[in-house]
Amino acid sequence: MTEHMPLPPATGCRTAPVLKERGQREVFCGLTGIIWLHRKIQDAFFLVVGSRTCAHLLQSAAGVMIFAEPRFGTAILEEADLAGLKDAQAELDRTVEELLARRPDIRQLFLVGSCPSEVIKLDLNRAAERLTQTYAPRVRVLEYSGSGIETTFTQGEDACLAAMVPVLPSTDARELIVIGALPDVVEDQMVALLTDLGIGPLRILPARTIDDEIAVGPNTVFALTQPFLGDTHAALIRRGARHIAAPFPFGEEGTTAWLSAITEEFNIPRALFDRVTEAPRRRARQAISQAAVPLNDKSVFFFPDSQLEIPLARFLTRECGMTALEVGSPYIHDALHGPDLDLLPAGPQISEGQDVDLQLDRCRAAHPDLTVCGLGLANPLEADGFATKWAIELVFTPVHFYEQAGDLAALFARPLRRKSLLKVAAE
Amino acid sequence: MKLTVWTYEGPPHVGAMRVATGMKKLHYVLHAPQGDTYADLLFTMIERRDHRPPVTYTTFQARDLGADTAGLFKKACQDAYDRFQPEAIIVGASCTAELIQDDPGGLAETMGLPIPVIPLELPSYQRKENFGADETFFQLVKHLAKPQTKTERVSCNIIGPTALGFRHRDDVAEITNLLFELGIEVNVTAPMGATPSDIAQMGKAHFNVLLYPETGETAARYCEKEFDQPYTKIVPIGAGATHDFITEVRALSGSTASLDSQALRQTWWSRSVDSTYLTGKRVFIFGDGTHVKAAARIARDEMGFEVAGLGCYNREYARDIRAIAKEFGVEALITDDYLLVEKTIETLQPEMILGTQMERHIGKRLGIPCAVISAPVHVQDFPARYSPQMGFEGANVIFDTWIHPLVMGLEEHLLHMFREDFEFNDAAGPSHHGGHQPSGTASVQVPAAPEQSLALSTGGDVAIWLAEAEKELKKIPFFVRGKARRNTETYATSQGLSEISVDTLYEAKAFYAR
Repeated sequence: MTEHMPLPPATGCRTAPVLKERGQREVFCGLTGIIWLHRKIQDAFFLVVGSRTCAHLLQSAAGVMIFAEPRFGTAILEEADLAGLKDAQAELDRTVEELLARRPDIRQLFLVGSCPSEVIKLDLNRAAERLTQTYAPRVRVLEYSGSGIETTFTQGEDACLAAMVPVLPSTDARELIVIGALPDVVEDQMVALLTDLGIGPLRILPARTIDDEIAVGPNTVFALTQPFLGDTHAALIRRGARHIAAPFPFGEEGTTAWLSAITEEFNIPRALFDRVTEAPRRRARQAISQAAVPLNDKSVFFFPDSQLEIPLARFLTRECGMTALEVGSPYIHDALHGPDLDLLPAGPQISEGQDVDLQLDRCRAAHPDLTVCGLGLANPLEADGFATKWAIELVFTPVHFYEQAGDLAALFARPLRRKSLLKVAAE
Repeated sequence: MKLTVWTYEGPPHVGAMRVATGMKKLHYVLHAPQGDTYADLLFTMIERRDHRPPVTYTTFQARDLGADTAGLFKKACQDAYDRFQPEAIIVGASCTAELIQDDPGGLAETMGLPIPVIPLELPSYQRKENFGADETFFQLVKHLAKPQTKTERVSCNIIGPTALGFRHRDDVAEITNLLFELGIEVNVTAPMGATPSDIAQMGKAHFNVLLYPETGETAARYCEKEFDQPYTKIVPIGAGATHDFITEVRALSGSTASLDSQALRQTWWSRSVDSTYLTGKRVFIFGDGTHVKAAARIARDEMGFEVAGLGCYNREYARDIRAIAKEFGVEALITDDYLLVEKTIETLQPEMILGTQMERHIGKRLGIPCAVISAPVHVQDFPARYSPQMGFEGANVIFDTWIHPLVMGLEEHLLHMFREDFEFNDAAGPSHHGGHQPSGTASVQVPAAPEQSLALSTGGDVAIWLAEAEKELKKIPFFVRGKARRNTETYATSQGLSEISVDTLYEAKAFYAR
């Protein structure tokens, strides 16, 4: 490690007791991932098989409506489908035919299961196999569940990527796959860094189109860019691939640690690593030190939302001078979150799951300077005088790797800056 | 199964949430999986509410399905009562919970809570948001309101406003004030702002003012039958409708108080010569039944527009809208299929759209100005300023809102005369709107998906445009170009022409002159 790397804390949070809660969860379901996945994978269409609620969620989830003709839609189940008056599989065939006739540019179709389709046990796996045969080779049909009874928010992306793993071709080549949907600009920066480090061949899942070749096998190693990809992690291990465990690439420290783990795997000389990363590391540190001024010595409380909470808490405490009071995450996987928990200084309450009313009580008692929470809670907390950061913005904004490290700090700093700017109180 | 891209209405439990969130001291226990909590942000973000909606979601997961989801429901219900101490609770199921058939109503009844517990039956796979709101409010009235001695002074209830309603906040203020000037006291306004105990007092009013039939009509009918309270049938949107509403209210109340309508500027604004350019503008109207009905009348009688087509997304109002369409001599479009609405607008090529936020986006794609007249709502539909749709001030607001997207009178002429001016050309759009392309790079506005949409609008039987004619067409300002293209093509087809020349263009212009 180079001289700028601060030492890990004497005691991290990896073995800290976790408060496990189960009650009302103020979170999105996995369908929400479609909002970014349908833009990332440019020849894919996401067909939710669900209810009017699913369609309404997709329309409202981002807090905005995106009215370009989207590459997603909902096959809304109707009374006749539920009463068994119509054969749901035949109805699905008809709907897909209608859709593909309308969108001949679609090469990959994802049938996305929902709460209602799972409760009535509609077999989307069988449907996907049948439809793949019908439309091969033009269209590949896969299925995954984005339902609220199975998945929380970002787990939808995990389920989607995990569904793609079994159909990847096999290879014995020693290759690196980087997993996670990143904004194109960030992905390009990452590819440039890894290429400069002499690491390759490099594949990315999800690829932008079906034609991008990705194969997997016993010599494949993979790195995750998102902390919510537990099922994809497991699916790749089942295919014989090996995970390069590392903190997630948020902030200067996280990015360096992440790249460093890959570099070690590929036996890249330290001197080359230092040469490639020196300038971006300096830029990242500089940007963070400017953007994080309002965050220094402030406290932060995380409600569970995207599973980004633990790596972000690590970033805010280690690089922005904040103190974490509670770090809530919908799920905690040791294999994924362990390296970040090691770096997170002991102190905060780590919590998994949610009982929103109890957690609001804790938040009010803790009186954090900044609360990271979902859109349903943000304005009510603001009205009570709490500065909040909407968690969803962290999923929709380029925040990974060196060049975005300052932006990431600025995202958290903005609510505090704004609070100090506004001179007229609410009442 | 029905393939849907965008929806005009949410599921019925969102309608129930609109009632519960608008009210005070009412709590809604909703049997639902995680994820259905997305609905909270409709209220906290779109409407900028400073409180969480009073809704407890039971949050069942897959692993609970084989176990005790009923127990989960009862626990959530008890916790909600203990924590929030509401005056009444409504209980129901979202779409998924409907399938597992736990019967929230029955379960809640066995718990013996010391407050009214009102079960809701909202069929998620048949009905939609407006039904959910209407039915929920009706059940509240049915369970809580009782016949009572009428108030000494003449009074009424205002019925229908909910949370997340299109301008409900300001409409209620405007109409409350109007009724006050008529010497009529408002007994209860509900659901918005009312507590369950207020609803219990509704029987005291002499009559009901039904502002939003979509969300209040069933309750209004019930009150008419049970409490002998007639209700108003005219929704006071627009100057004419407001006058008619006043006449109706006078008949119901016996009020003879004089009214000062000085604040109604819209009628003069519309008559003033600057508004001449509005004459005969072809508009397409789409939204919920009530707002479309009102907008059609305003468009024709108060703005001097020509209604080129109209429709609504809520089937419950299909009959009313078909009747209006017949009166206007146009086809009614009754659909909740966004793509069909888009196709219809593309075919009709109106000069303006009066629609919802969804049509606003269609307008953006097609380069047609649009003003928003109805829900579904967007954060922009909750302005900080006072901005009603109803009453005299509502008529003023509507006038301003509708003309804002248009190119103004003299500017329209100048664009006709000097259409190739490098800064002041039609591709730059109305000059009072920012955000257009810089001059020099300005090009004709093309819809976002030109190939697809053109393929839809031009079938095989359409004549081919010759290069010269195409060039001439481009000289016509953008806000009438679509109409000119369509008229010319229709004319060419009717004349059996296979090609369109400059002459054809002007033949068609003369043919359609008015």
